[in-house]
Amino acid sequence: MVLAERRPESRSVVEQHGVGVRVGVDGHVGVDERAARRALRAQIAKLERELAAAAADARPRDGIAWTVGSHGGPRVLGLGELERTRDDLAERLHEARQILAARAEREARARELLERMLRDPGRHRFRRISRADVGEPGCGVWHVRPRLGLLGVLMDWWQVKLSSGCPLA
Amino acid sequence: MEDPVAREGWIADELAAEHARLGVVSLRIPAPPGIGRRSASPPGLRRRLEDAATRIRGAEAVTLRQRPIPHAYRVFYRHIGLDPDVTRVPAEAVVVERLRRGGFPTAGLLDDALTLALVETGVPVWALDADTLDGPLGLRLAGEGERLGSGGGGGGAEAEPAVPPGQIVLADVAGPLAVLFGAIAPGRRPTRRTTTLELFTVRVDGVPSIHVEEALWTCAEALGQR
Repeated sequence: MVLAERRPESRSVVEQHGVGVRVGVDGHVGVDERAARRALRAQIAKLERELAAAAADARPRDGIAWTVGSHGGPRVLGLGELERTRDDLAERLHEARQILAARAEREARARELLERMLRDPGRHRFRRISRADVGEPGCGVWHVRPRLGLLGVLMDWWQVKLSSGCPLA
Repeated sequence: MEDPVAREGWIADELAAEHARLGVVSLRIPAPPGIGRRSASPPGLRRRLEDAATRIRGAEAVTLRQRPIPHAYRVFYRHIGLDPDVTRVPAEAVVVERLRRGGFPTAGLLDDALTLALVETGVPVWALDADTLDGPLGLRLAGEGERLGSGGGGGGAEAEPAVPPGQIVLADVAGPLAVLFGAIAPGRRPTRRTTTLELFTVRVDGVPSIHVEEALWTCAEALGQR
């Protein structure tokens, strides 16, 4: 069935919850559009709350686009327009969560690498990891360097140095 | 003179049916002399604005949308076809403006009082020249061929901006005064001849009435009328 293959957000409000379905005394099945619009507004409010939480976790360099476009408001939106708003918000939220999850994964990998660098610098010669790579604020960089310069290279003496502070603009 | 009382405005049936908690609340107060002349704010008001500005930090602009009142306005913007990331809700717009300008530079007594009410409560307040109003304020959908400020004490009809039919407008008996959350029609803004101010705000679902009244009273108090 096609419906089962679509994301829940992209289904119509009547399909999802049965909201707005009205059965007349003659057995005729109609749609109470006002109830359907009310249900859509509730879904939009929920998505907006989740999107706001995602925005609080995001950073400018994540490059997440937050705008979903408007419908020539302020005016009373019809069922189709509310559905489009709901679907656009769901799409934005999905994209934002994917980007945030990918960043979290990159940062976790960078933190693991940093731990390995600190444990055994000799196996990670000249590798650099910035604070930004591990999701920390600031401009510091962990850099695997030879102890005592050329002598360290010859003797295989390595250490991790953390540069501090942001360079002057 | 009797204390002013906050009054609930009317909402057209077609709007009330869709947005049950939507409301317009107004407070009529005597205007301080020369209010429309960008008269200087008293030191107390300027100090309160400075204090408010120091409380606002950069992260506020992003996290603000999670707080109940800005969130309620953001949701309502979505419900009426506005994108709050393009047309910012007033509470966010004022924070962005604070970050851009480094503070709240004084813009005259009236604008400063409106800004203070918004920053303190998150609820936007606007002001009209009550002398030009015809009947109580309300919200309705604009009809065909309507113009902002028509029927009031404004300029000629040609100068008045047209309102697309179906838009939600603030109106009195005579006609539309502003598109909802938009600028007030030129002929209805307070001027130096204004003797009475109509402060008003728009309540949406999720904003408690106590905050709405607090915004109006904060503004009235800042204008020295309380």
